[in-house]
Amino acid sequence: MNLALTILIDGLTYASWLFIVALGLTLVFGVLKILNVAHGSFYALGAYAAASLVGWFASMQFAPEWSLLAMLLAAVIVAAIVAPLCERGLLRFFYGRDEVLLVLVTYALFLILEDVTKLIWGVNPFYVSEPYALFGSVDIGTQTYVGYDFLLVAVAVVVGFIVWWGLNRTQIGKIVLAVIHSEEIAASMGVNVSRIYTLAFGAGIFLAALGGALTAPMISVQPGVSVGVIILSFAVVIIGGLGSIPGAAIGALIVGIARSAAVHMMPTAELFSIYLVMAVVLMFRPEGLFQRAQARKI
Amino acid sequence: MTHTTSSISHTRIIVAGLGGIALLLAAGIVMPKWLNFLLTLAAANGLVSLGIVLLMRSGVVSFGQGMVFALGGYAAALAYGKLGVSDGLLLTLIGGLAALLFSLPFAYLIARYRGIFFAMLSLSLSMVLYGILVKSEVLGGSDGFNMGRITVAGMRPTDAWSGYTNYALTIAVSGIIAIAAKVYFDSTRGLLALAARDNEIRVEYLGSSVRELIATNYLLAAFVGGMGGALAVMALGHIEPNFSYWTTSGEFVFVAILAGHHSVLAAFVASAVLEIVRSFSSLYFPNTWQLALGLFLLAVIRFLPRGIGSLWEARRKQGAPS
Repeated sequence: MNLALTILIDGLTYASWLFIVALGLTLVFGVLKILNVAHGSFYALGAYAAASLVGWFASMQFAPEWSLLAMLLAAVIVAAIVAPLCERGLLRFFYGRDEVLLVLVTYALFLILEDVTKLIWGVNPFYVSEPYALFGSVDIGTQTYVGYDFLLVAVAVVVGFIVWWGLNRTQIGKIVLAVIHSEEIAASMGVNVSRIYTLAFGAGIFLAALGGALTAPMISVQPGVSVGVIILSFAVVIIGGLGSIPGAAIGALIVGIARSAAVHMMPTAELFSIYLVMAVVLMFRPEGLFQRAQARKI
Repeated sequence: MTHTTSSISHTRIIVAGLGGIALLLAAGIVMPKWLNFLLTLAAANGLVSLGIVLLMRSGVVSFGQGMVFALGGYAAALAYGKLGVSDGLLLTLIGGLAALLFSLPFAYLIARYRGIFFAMLSLSLSMVLYGILVKSEVLGGSDGFNMGRITVAGMRPTDAWSGYTNYALTIAVSGIIAIAAKVYFDSTRGLLALAARDNEIRVEYLGSSVRELIATNYLLAAFVGGMGGALAVMALGHIEPNFSYWTTSGEFVFVAILAGHHSVLAAFVASAVLEIVRSFSSLYFPNTWQLALGLFLLAVIRFLPRGIGSLWEARRKQGAPS
C-alpha cells in the first residue's frame, strides 16, 4: 500500500512539471507546426534564470516567500527576451518549409542555446534551496513527503486550466484556435497570423521556462539538463497526441507513473520504460491516444 | 542502347570510385595522424548519414540512426571481446548484419509512417535501445567498454601502423559502399525512390509498392549504418550507450541535410566538413563549438537548402548535353 502511494505521489510530481513543459511544446506545434527540439533549452534557461533570480532575492534579504515570485519572474523574463528573438529573428524565415527541416532548424537552435547558456552561467552547478525549504514536509501514513511536490501538482492543475480557459473562453484564444484550424482562412478574415505566431511561441517558451524554474529547486542546475527533457517532452506529446491539451496531461501522467513505478520496482528499466511506452503508442496509435487519425488527402 | 549507356556509366563510376579509393589510401600514408583519424571517423559516420540520404530520397528522414550505429558498434566490440573475432573486415560485416537483423522486425512497420511520425518512431526506437544499454551491467552500463586492436588478413599492425590500418579499412569499405550506393541510386529502383518522394500515390498507381521500397531502403540504411558503427568503434577503441542517444542521431541528420539527397559523395564530404568544423571549433573555441556548429547548420539550411551535393550536381547538369 505504501509502495503504491509512493509511486503515485512521485509519479504525480514528475508528471506535473513535465505536463507544464510539454504543454508549451504542444502549443507551439499546434500553432506553428514546429516540433521544437530547442524546447529543452528554454526549460534550461528557465531553470538557470530562476536559480540566479532566487539567489539574488536571497542576497537582497527578501523573505523566502519571495522566491516563488522570483521563479515566476524568471520564466516571464526568459519568454519576453528569448521568444521574440528566436521567433522573429530566426524561425519566421523558415515558415512553410518541410516539417522535418524545421526540426533541424530547431536542432541548430538547441546547439546554439546550449553554448549560450554555458557562456552566461558557466559550467558549475547552481542550487536553489529556498522554495524547497519553504513548504517543509507532509506525513501521509508512515511516509514523509516533500511539501513542495504538492505545490507542483497544484501549479500544474492551475496552469492547465488557465491554458484551456485562455484558448476556449477568450477572444484571443478563439483566434489562436482559428489559426490552428486554418491560417489561410484566419488571415483572410483579418487575423494578424504573424502576431499570433509570436504570441503562441512566447506562451510556449514561457511554459518551458516555468517548468524549468519550478524544477530548479529539485535538481542541480548544470549543463546538460536540457537534453533529457526534450525527449521526455516528446514522449508526452506523442503519447497524448500532438497539439492536444488533455493528451499532454494524460501523456505526462503515463510517463510520470511509468517512470516512478520503474524507479521503485525495477530501477534498471527507468529510462527504457518511458521510451518503450512512446514507441508502443507510436506503433499502435501514431496520432496519439487523444487525436483522431486524419484521412489522407489526394 | 539504354542498357549499353547504363553499363558504360556504371563502369565509369566503378573505375572512378576505385581510383578515388586508391588515391585516398596512398595519401593516407603521408597524412599526419590527426588527419588520418579525422577522416576515418568522417568516413565511418558518413556511412550512417549515407543511409539517411538513402531514406531522404524516398521522402522520409530517420532521427534514430544512432540505433543502428550503436548496434553495429556493440556487435563488433562484443564479437571482438567475447568471440575472439579480430579481423577488421569480418567485424565490419558483423556490425552491419547485426544492425540489419535487429531492424528487420521494424522495417515494414516503420515504412507505414511519413514525415514527423517516421522521425519520431525511429527516434523512440533508438532511445529504447539507449535506455537498455545505459542500464545494462553486462555491457558496461553508461561507461561502455573498450575494444582492442584489430587485425587485417591475419596480421596485427604495429603501433605506428594501427591508425593507418583503421583508416585504410574504413576508406576501402566506405568507398566500395559508396560505389554500390551510386549504382543503386542510378538504377530503376533507386530512381523510383525519387518518384515516391515527389508523389507516392502516382508511384503506387504505376504498380510499385512505396511501403516495400521504404522498408528495403530502411534495411539498407541499417546495414551501412551498422558497418559505420563497427568501423567507428574500431577506430575509437571504445563503445558507450551515447552511440544510440538522440544527439548522435541528430548529428547524422545534420550531415545528411548538409549533403542533400542528390549525391553519394556529398554524404562523405559533409561528414568530413562536420568533423573538421567540430575539431577546429573545439580547438579554437572550446566553449562555443556547438554554437559554431549550430550557426553553420542554419547557414546551410538557409543558403544551400538542397545541400552541398547540389553544388556539383547542378554544375554537372549544366555541362551535360541537352
